[in-house]
Amino acid sequence: MAVALAKEDALAARLAALDLPQGGFTRAARAAAVARLQALGLPGKRDEYWRYTDPAALTAVAPPTAEASDAQGEVPVFDGLDRVKLVFVDGVFDPARSDDPTLAGAEISRLATADAADIHWAQGIYGALEAAGQNPVPRPLAALNTAAATDGVLIRVTARAARPVNLIYVHESATSDAILHHCIKIEAGADLTLLETGPAGARFNKVLEVDIAEGGRFHHVRTQGRDHARRAATHVFARVASGALFKSFTLTANGALTRNEVVIDIVGDDAVTHVAGAALGDGATGPFHHDDTVFVTHRGVRCESRQVFKKVLKHGAIGVFQGKILVKPGAQKTDGYQISQSLLLDDDSQFLAKPELEIYADDVKCSHGSTTGAIDEEALFYLRSRGVPVQEATALLVLSFLADAISEIEDEALQTEIFTVLEGWLARHKA
Amino acid sequence: MLKINNLHVKLEAEDKVILKGVNLTIGSGEVHAIMGPNGSGKSTLSYVLSGREGYQVTEGSATLLGAALLDMAPEERAAAGLFLAFQYPVEIPGVGNMTFLRTAVNAQRKARGQDELSAGEFLKLVREKAKTLKIDADMLKRPVNVGFSGGEKKRNEILQMAMLEPKMCILDETDSGLDVDAMKLVADGVNALRDAGRSFLVITHYQRLLDHIKPDVVHIMADGRIIKTGGPELALEVEENGYADLLAEGV
Repeated sequence: MAVALAKEDALAARLAALDLPQGGFTRAARAAAVARLQALGLPGKRDEYWRYTDPAALTAVAPPTAEASDAQGEVPVFDGLDRVKLVFVDGVFDPARSDDPTLAGAEISRLATADAADIHWAQGIYGALEAAGQNPVPRPLAALNTAAATDGVLIRVTARAARPVNLIYVHESATSDAILHHCIKIEAGADLTLLETGPAGARFNKVLEVDIAEGGRFHHVRTQGRDHARRAATHVFARVASGALFKSFTLTANGALTRNEVVIDIVGDDAVTHVAGAALGDGATGPFHHDDTVFVTHRGVRCESRQVFKKVLKHGAIGVFQGKILVKPGAQKTDGYQISQSLLLDDDSQFLAKPELEIYADDVKCSHGSTTGAIDEEALFYLRSRGVPVQEATALLVLSFLADAISEIEDEALQTEIFTVLEGWLARHKA
Repeated sequence: MLKINNLHVKLEAEDKVILKGVNLTIGSGEVHAIMGPNGSGKSTLSYVLSGREGYQVTEGSATLLGAALLDMAPEERAAAGLFLAFQYPVEIPGVGNMTFLRTAVNAQRKARGQDELSAGEFLKLVREKAKTLKIDADMLKRPVNVGFSGGEKKRNEILQMAMLEPKMCILDETDSGLDVDAMKLVADGVNALRDAGRSFLVITHYQRLLDHIKPDVVHIMADGRIIKTGGPELALEVEENGYADLLAEGV
């Protein structure tokens, strides 16, 4: 009871500190989200779903101070690619730094502007996929986002988008509390690549709702920025129709606290969904706690889902993986795969994994695996015996370990970009 | 080239003495073979010389071109000109064979104060060397040794040797797991590298590899020591009579 009351107080304080917008086309969704939130309360460390990650810094009224880290002359990721850049500074869209948001095959609008109207195509998506994703496990931070977000992008894709869209999150203020909500609708047979880069703010709460119609294709590649002190809770909610493709990859290097939740609802048949992540944490340059929480629901027949998560941890860094595959009755011929692995570069680091399968159909193939290990001494000696110095050899073996996750990115140019980021990180974190 | 003096080595983990006073001198351009029964310490000798962890040198020394080998890290030994062709080459998933070769070649060049090879120069060199070893483009592209057959792994070792151009090459049972044709290919690769400035130490159980790679000197190793040294005829003697007589002599 005391816990429930404390939760209520915490929620009341959090909501009071936010200037909740009324919304135009989102009005009903926002009101419903507030009601949901009041029923759920904010997450606490006693909640089973938050057993390995303390959400205190994510739910606090104000974010802990976080200075932006020095870029050290590093070339921004995806810099050489032809893309539509949409820039948010501390959670606010900055048109001056952004490209003209016109893209053949897609229609892009800004939530802050679109929400002045009462009608919008995103009406059936905003807060709706998030609400559907609250069952069977509540995700209160996502409901908070639906209630409070004022900015974000709305992208409707009607054909093969001519270029990728890159959402760039710039972190400047040490006290910024960025809340962004994006909605994406991939129409039947349409195709979009979405890139997300950067740390966004001292604290970042982001929801991305993606609705993929029959035969649509969505590729998602994000990097979460090198800031050491930043904290983030992100949610991706995907609804995947028949014959559609959903592919998401995330690279996380540094960050005091990151919780990435991906909730995929495969509603159609013959769909393919892959979600992958590579995380690197070095406790020597600041605390690192990274949590990947994934929930995939199979409702249709003959669908494939893959989860591939890899973490490289050292100097007290902590990695968490909670992944679940839920196969609903009738979802026959499901092919579900899940692997979570960590490479611990010393004895101080920790990896906590909770893989789950829940299956209500009898003709399915589902597997999961989780491993924790150190650098392979045999391989290290082999490389050193060929003249490769120990640090370079270690870096090569780290890349080798992460390769399976990175190869989940379909586009080779994007893979190369990710490898470049990784090589830079490894060069800066040799010890 | 290589001078091993009274080398005593024990296994760190088991406190077990493996080498009990090995003496061996290999001159420039010479090919020496070490033969011996299982457990005589042949592979240990190759690992200790190349710097693998887990062994403790309790006595003695080894020098490569006058430099104290045993004080160096494995990568320093490689840069100084030592190369070990592994009995069991290690698979490294996720690292392309080409990337691996280029990293190794350039790391050694850097350690010696030479300019790194450009992508173009490297590519030209590797294609030329790979061709003579019948290593195709696909094998160069694949992850290091992953899915390679036994013969492909050993040819890949020789390709590394050809690319790195070491001064002292140790071949640890390079013939194991090879059929006759594959052995011939590997031996041809090795023979192509024979040079007045390059020496070889060939470790093998059988005489047949020495039909292809003709040694100048043959040593018989038993119980952590070299018990007999002779010419190529010593290998033939072993092939005919086995080790029993030699071992009896050695005691």
